[in-house]
Amino acid sequence: MMLTSDEHAELRALAKKIRRHTIDMTHKARASHVGSSLSMVELLVVLYKKILRVDPARPDWPERDRFILSKGHGCASYYAVLAEMGFFPVEWLDTFYADGSRLPGHATHTYVPGVEISTGSLGHGLSVATGMALAAKRDNKSYRVFCMLSDGECDEGSTWEPILFAPQHHLDNLVAIVDYNKIQSLGTVKEVIDLESLAAKWRAFGWAVREIDGHDLEAVALALSSLPFEPGRPSCLIAHTVKGKGVSFMEDKLLWHYRSPQGEEYDAAIAELERKV
Amino acid sequence: MRTAFIQELFEIAKKDPRIVLMVGDLGFGVVTPFMEHLPQQFVNAGVAEQNMTGMAAGMALSGKIVFTYSIANFPVIRPLEQIRNDVCYHNANVRIVSVGGGMAYGALGPSHHATEDIAVMRAMPNMIVVAPGDPVEARLATRALVEYQGPAYLRLGRAGEPIIHKNWPEFRLGRAIQLREGNDITLISTGGVLPEVVQAADMLQEKGFSVRVLSMHTVKPLDVEAVLSAARETKAIFTVEEHSIIGGLGSAVAEVLAEHNGPRPLFKRLGIPAKFSAEVGSQKYLRSLYQLDAPGIVKQVLDIWQMER
Repeated sequence: MMLTSDEHAELRALAKKIRRHTIDMTHKARASHVGSSLSMVELLVVLYKKILRVDPARPDWPERDRFILSKGHGCASYYAVLAEMGFFPVEWLDTFYADGSRLPGHATHTYVPGVEISTGSLGHGLSVATGMALAAKRDNKSYRVFCMLSDGECDEGSTWEPILFAPQHHLDNLVAIVDYNKIQSLGTVKEVIDLESLAAKWRAFGWAVREIDGHDLEAVALALSSLPFEPGRPSCLIAHTVKGKGVSFMEDKLLWHYRSPQGEEYDAAIAELERKV
Repeated sequence: MRTAFIQELFEIAKKDPRIVLMVGDLGFGVVTPFMEHLPQQFVNAGVAEQNMTGMAAGMALSGKIVFTYSIANFPVIRPLEQIRNDVCYHNANVRIVSVGGGMAYGALGPSHHATEDIAVMRAMPNMIVVAPGDPVEARLATRALVEYQGPAYLRLGRAGEPIIHKNWPEFRLGRAIQLREGNDITLISTGGVLPEVVQAADMLQEKGFSVRVLSMHTVKPLDVEAVLSAARETKAIFTVEEHSIIGGLGSAVAEVLAEHNGPRPLFKRLGIPAKFSAEVGSQKYLRSLYQLDAPGIVKQVLDIWQMER
């Protein structure tokens, strides 16, 4: 899929809006994980606007493509995308983390239309996605299952169990996207448990793998519109991203896995986002 | 019990394409007919119980009724967080089936003793806990669990258990089956220890006691009314389970008795001490060691009865 300049502009504008929501939400909620939310914005925007066959008016439409955010802690930008897509009112985003609200700090299916499954404990999403993909194959259904993983959760042994299983069953309706922003909870991925060569590992397990710049809308759209990457194999898209992308002082900083934008930092973040086209 | 379960599930699955049997690379010889005749409804997840359970949730959320199957603690405690977050939180139609409840795999050692499983599963929100007492109950439980909506744990014995029910009893999840009427002592049993309990009741009967026997095949939700009736109508209640005395049937019954305002019968939990077995031996040997065989149950009952009188 080549994006027209209008489509490109539309996606850029939406990505900017999602980043703005993400900063506002984590600011108001005094919440962590702003960096993890910002690194996958382009991936989410392209998925929901161009790739996923979903219908916000019918979130439980049986033929829908499934999307699972296995990195449930990055849910601020995910909720924002769902709201902008029309799954639920944008006003709900103001209630992120709030007492009595519907939107807790990890992706939650209860009362949130469009959230396929609840996540938050790492290393769960890909197994559930694999089960959904297997059910689709057994029932000759054409829907696809997408699962967004963090790099940190590739430390979990349970992540590698479905990576082993899916090629055995030729689940080419299954797509894993790794938001490879290179920073995990207590250090860089390289310092904690180096995943390199991550693409070679997935390939060795039998997946068809592509690597892209996860902030390049064109590249994301091109890759995700060429699924499956190989017939008969599950697809893995390793998206090289930058933690905290879009706010210069947050970019590639471990601190912004945790820190919530407050005071001058909040103002500076918003000002920077507003300056961008 | 495992054969009763598999045969029953096989028959139901032939007519109901929603049924999926997912095994953790176990069931040699037992699951073979199912695997060969219904390959589209069979999944071998490999030796990977966490993935098995997560996938079962995914399939269940796609319209399937999934029975995950392995032995002892493997499908229960190993993937506990997948059970909690993926199965229970989503109220998914997954039935976790464990073969070898209690010390059915006695001589294989404590790694294979499922002796805390009921306690752990009871604590999971949305989860019901079913432990049939004989192959007849295992068949009836399997049928009932196909119809049930939501997560369930089915704790089975192993193989060769005697049939206690000579005909088909009325079976409802959450309703105890009364096998003997009596007004001195109530023995409440769950799971594969039922034959020992029935035999113990007969032995006590011979000693002149009038003994009520309840097969509490569903530990959660507990049949509160059956427990309270026993409290009102009999003088002593003993729970018997091949499970740690912490958190299982005995605890569930104790919770009901402690909170009710009414007659206080004698009460004692018979089970396995909350420790790892230091002894090597078969189920029969270990039952005798922990006084959970019929003579041991009789002895424990009489000790308490006489001490309190």
